[in-house]
Amino acid sequence: MTRVVVGMSGGVDSSVAALLLKQQGYDVIGIFMKNWDDTDENGVCTATEDYEDVVRVCNQIGIPYYAVNFEKQYWEKVFTYFLDEYKAGRTPNPDVMCNKEIKFKAFLEHAMALGADYLATGHYARVAYRDGEYKLLRGLDANKDQTYFLNQLGQAQLSKVLFPIGELQKSKVREIAKEAGLATAGKKDSTGICFIGERNFKQFLSNYLPAQPGEMQTLDGQLKGKHDGLMYYTIGQRHGLGIGGSGEPWFVVGKNVKDNILYVAQGFDNELLYSDAIIATNVNWVSDRKPNEPISCTAKFRYRQPDVPVTVEMINETTARVSFSQRVRAVTPGQAVVFYHGEQCLGGGTIDQVFRNGERLTYVG
Amino acid sequence: MERTYLDHAATSPVHPQVVEAMIPYMTTYFGNPSSIHSFGRESRRALDEARETIAKTVGAKANEIIFTSGGTEADNLAIIGVAMANREKGRHIITTSVEHHAVLNTCKYLQKQGFDVTYLPVDEHGMISVEQVKSALRDDTIIVSIMFGNNETGVLQPIHDIGQLLRDHDAYFHTDAVQAYGLVPIDVHELGIDLLSVSSHKVNGPKGVGFLYVREGVRLMPHIYGGEQERKRRAGTENVPGIVGFQKAAELAQQTMSEKRALYEQFQHIMLTTFEREGIDYAVNGHETNRLPHVLNVAFFGTNVEALLVNLDLAGIAASSGSACTAGSIDPSHVLVAMYGNDSERIRSSVRFSFGYGNTLEQIERAAYDIAKIVKRLTKA
Repeated sequence: MTRVVVGMSGGVDSSVAALLLKQQGYDVIGIFMKNWDDTDENGVCTATEDYEDVVRVCNQIGIPYYAVNFEKQYWEKVFTYFLDEYKAGRTPNPDVMCNKEIKFKAFLEHAMALGADYLATGHYARVAYRDGEYKLLRGLDANKDQTYFLNQLGQAQLSKVLFPIGELQKSKVREIAKEAGLATAGKKDSTGICFIGERNFKQFLSNYLPAQPGEMQTLDGQLKGKHDGLMYYTIGQRHGLGIGGSGEPWFVVGKNVKDNILYVAQGFDNELLYSDAIIATNVNWVSDRKPNEPISCTAKFRYRQPDVPVTVEMINETTARVSFSQRVRAVTPGQAVVFYHGEQCLGGGTIDQVFRNGERLTYVG
Repeated sequence: MERTYLDHAATSPVHPQVVEAMIPYMTTYFGNPSSIHSFGRESRRALDEARETIAKTVGAKANEIIFTSGGTEADNLAIIGVAMANREKGRHIITTSVEHHAVLNTCKYLQKQGFDVTYLPVDEHGMISVEQVKSALRDDTIIVSIMFGNNETGVLQPIHDIGQLLRDHDAYFHTDAVQAYGLVPIDVHELGIDLLSVSSHKVNGPKGVGFLYVREGVRLMPHIYGGEQERKRRAGTENVPGIVGFQKAAELAQQTMSEKRALYEQFQHIMLTTFEREGIDYAVNGHETNRLPHVLNVAFFGTNVEALLVNLDLAGIAASSGSACTAGSIDPSHVLVAMYGNDSERIRSSVRFSFGYGNTLEQIERAAYDIAKIVKRLTKA
């Protein structure tokens, strides 16, 4: 019998993924990953609560369940990166890194050590084997598609991965869970970064990085107020600036890490927020084959943002120049740029430098 | 799939004779031992008999036995009870770094209440020495709590010598004998023990029952209040069927002690020679000989315990590692950390096998071979 290890988070998506695989006749094993030691003010560890849900669901489905601890790997590979990026004034994407280093590396290895043929997760994405290679395809629920976070996967991973709910709408997933009476059927979706959860982001970050308040300025040096620490702001952000006065609202347009200055400008559509090209680093191609010629495709610079037509040209093994056919607002260093061709996710990288009219926007970072 | 249970130190199956002994005390003799009618008297008689039998198994008197809900409650009652009743005399407690969490976390609680706790470190064999206890003793030491045999490694502590040392000191001597009971002869007077905790479900009795031996004259403050059961030291209607079952289990454990010891030593030998023959890179954790025979804790170098335990389970072999889990994951064993340090590879690659009722030579031979096969597969990569 084909053995599948399902990564179970205690949420409804992975619960239904496990249920569907079991119904399809696989030898299913549920495994909970504990990546973060987190105890709240009341002494309750959210991981323990989630694990309890995994236990209940696995018992309902009738599959064995276990847990595995990747706290050390998560700290070294994901959280350290996360802090380093903030220190550099950038806005990291720990979910992309978690998928690359933990879920589809350490956890995949663990699953293989348990004699699994496949690893399954509750991601909204699909895998198809066509023309001699594994393609990563968007989840059919356009609103939930998670390929953005999976852009660093390659053939080795995709050949061993199943996404059982990738064909489904979220509403259908909830319906299946409800019909089967799964304990997690009504559980609300987790929001935000997994290790921060529902907590106050500012407070969380201040536990790890010293906040250095400084000045808020316009690009031409006009003092507009004080900021609480550069790491608390991201490009395009409006809220929390506290700049009063008349006229259009103010937005974050950049950071000067060296002098600890937050750059702001007025108006949602302020030109300073727009760019038309980037340099992306750590570029991965799902096909494992780097294109030798510039390619035309579409790209996302943020999760759930509409695709924009772009041209991607590799300038070395893992660095690409990406030019957009139209200007894009608030492209943020540290976030992922992900390439698509129709329904297919081609790969992606990390936004490193941002350009407009051929000029690097040094104020962005 | 045929399954092999090698986790008797976690809990054990109830012996059929124990089940048989318990049933009438749930159906026919269900009275409350405190009641003044014939129903009550029937239960009371059974309770007194059980107390008498169980007291004898450790060389105690019946009135020195307090029935509890298990080993954890017995440990709590012993340590907190002595600490609270004697806090005018002193506030110092001595224990070891390898105790069960029932003792360790009780001591941590008392630290928050203003008590001073010394945690004695162990050597690489998992042992403490009498000299360590001696030099930690102070005028204000009120209790010394040192486990009889370790639940993770089976390592035995020098209980007799510590008992001798403490004869000349005011501090009471408590020992958690949950793992040792039934496999090592225990005489509380010979060993100089003032308080001793035992659990029923580790010796093929039912869950939810245990006892604390408290030597006559030991000052102990109760911490469950209510009726006057257990001489006002532990309120609550007695778990009569559980206690009757415990009595039967205790009798059986005493009768079969020497044959079990011999059998489990043979099991250990089979496992280790199989690992040897199959060319496994392993080491036994804990003292080579000064151990309880039913516990075998083995480091399989080059494996990861989380993957190893899951593989064993999927192959039908039940074993365990460490004693504490958070969110289902395996925390490093505080016992192995105390013995080998945080950086030792043993912390991440050790599994505890524990033998008991129902295990056969054939089972052990097959399990040892299957374990070796899995270890080889996991270390090949």
